[in-house]
Amino acid sequence: MSTHWLGLIGAVCLTLFIGELLRRGILREKFAVLWLLVAGAALVVAIYPPLLDRLASLLGFAVPANLLFLVSVGLLLAVSVQLSFEVSRLERNLSRLAEEHVLLVQRVEVLTEASQEPPAD
Amino acid sequence: MVVAVPALNESETLADVLGGIRRAVPEAVLLVIDDGSSDTTAEVARNAGAVTLQMPFNVGVGGAMRVAFLYAFNNGYESLVQVDADGQHDPGSIRDLLAALDGASVAVGSRFVDARSRQWVGWSRRVVMRVLAALLSRVTGTQLDDVTSGFRAADREAIELFAQHYPSEYLGDTVESLVLSARAGLRIVQVPAVMHPRQGGRPSHGVIRSSLFLGRALLALSVAVTRGTAQNR
Repeated sequence: MSTHWLGLIGAVCLTLFIGELLRRGILREKFAVLWLLVAGAALVVAIYPPLLDRLASLLGFAVPANLLFLVSVGLLLAVSVQLSFEVSRLERNLSRLAEEHVLLVQRVEVLTEASQEPPAD
Repeated sequence: MVVAVPALNESETLADVLGGIRRAVPEAVLLVIDDGSSDTTAEVARNAGAVTLQMPFNVGVGGAMRVAFLYAFNNGYESLVQVDADGQHDPGSIRDLLAALDGASVAVGSRFVDARSRQWVGWSRRVVMRVLAALLSRVTGTQLDDVTSGFRAADREAIELFAQHYPSEYLGDTVESLVLSARAGLRIVQVPAVMHPRQGGRPSHGVIRSSLFLGRALLALSVAVTRGTAQNR
């Protein structure tokens, strides 16, 4: 029974936490939706554990918990791949920005020098 | 013509290198890309009269070179020569590289053609480079011996290509850019160049280092080959 409560409390906490992050505008929607879905699923399973058992036996899992693990591992894998993708994209954008920045700085230097040339103030 | 020198913490050798380049090709515009150095590299470059682009953070040699190509492209230069800041590349060979652009778009300085420079490379590194050279020679359809050489020249056409699509990944800059050029139909030619042992910085040899180097280069190569011609990045 204690694991049941643990799951329930965990799911509720996750939902509240994600909701709060979203409310404060820290988390972008595209990430928040995923975690809210996860929290929702965890909540459902925590409130009504037989659902997990039913689903596990339907899919042929001898131990229901294994279904939970499989889904969790798959989900985490997908999320980390997505994050790697996002980080790569950000890095690419960042270095493009740095390149443009550095060229603009140089351009400003040249123009500043040219404009100050006649009567050096 | 632009001589681009990507530099990361090279304040000790940079002044000499720039001086050497200035003597070898007095008409060239010196362009130093300070790739987020923590020492006085940018100051040394400015004092030497070089156009200095100071990256706000480290972007790697590939990223630094992309800026150089962008600069050359935006300002309408007809050719760009890349020279390392650590004194490995002999400025005396710059003219040879430029001369090779008469009939090719990319000229790669090779240390293996010239007997005097060959001795400075360890055996394990040499094996790796030979494997890479054989593969890249096939891909590009040109005889290439020193594919990771950063001593290169590019003409206007290559500058235009590289300004848009220069790979910034480690090793991608040397290996992948060759594949990129070949795919875009640019002619690549190899030129014997004189190279010296590094004056500063750490040399990259040893068997483990070499294997790692080979692995990364092969990865860069296989990615480049599967990628096709210059799509959007």
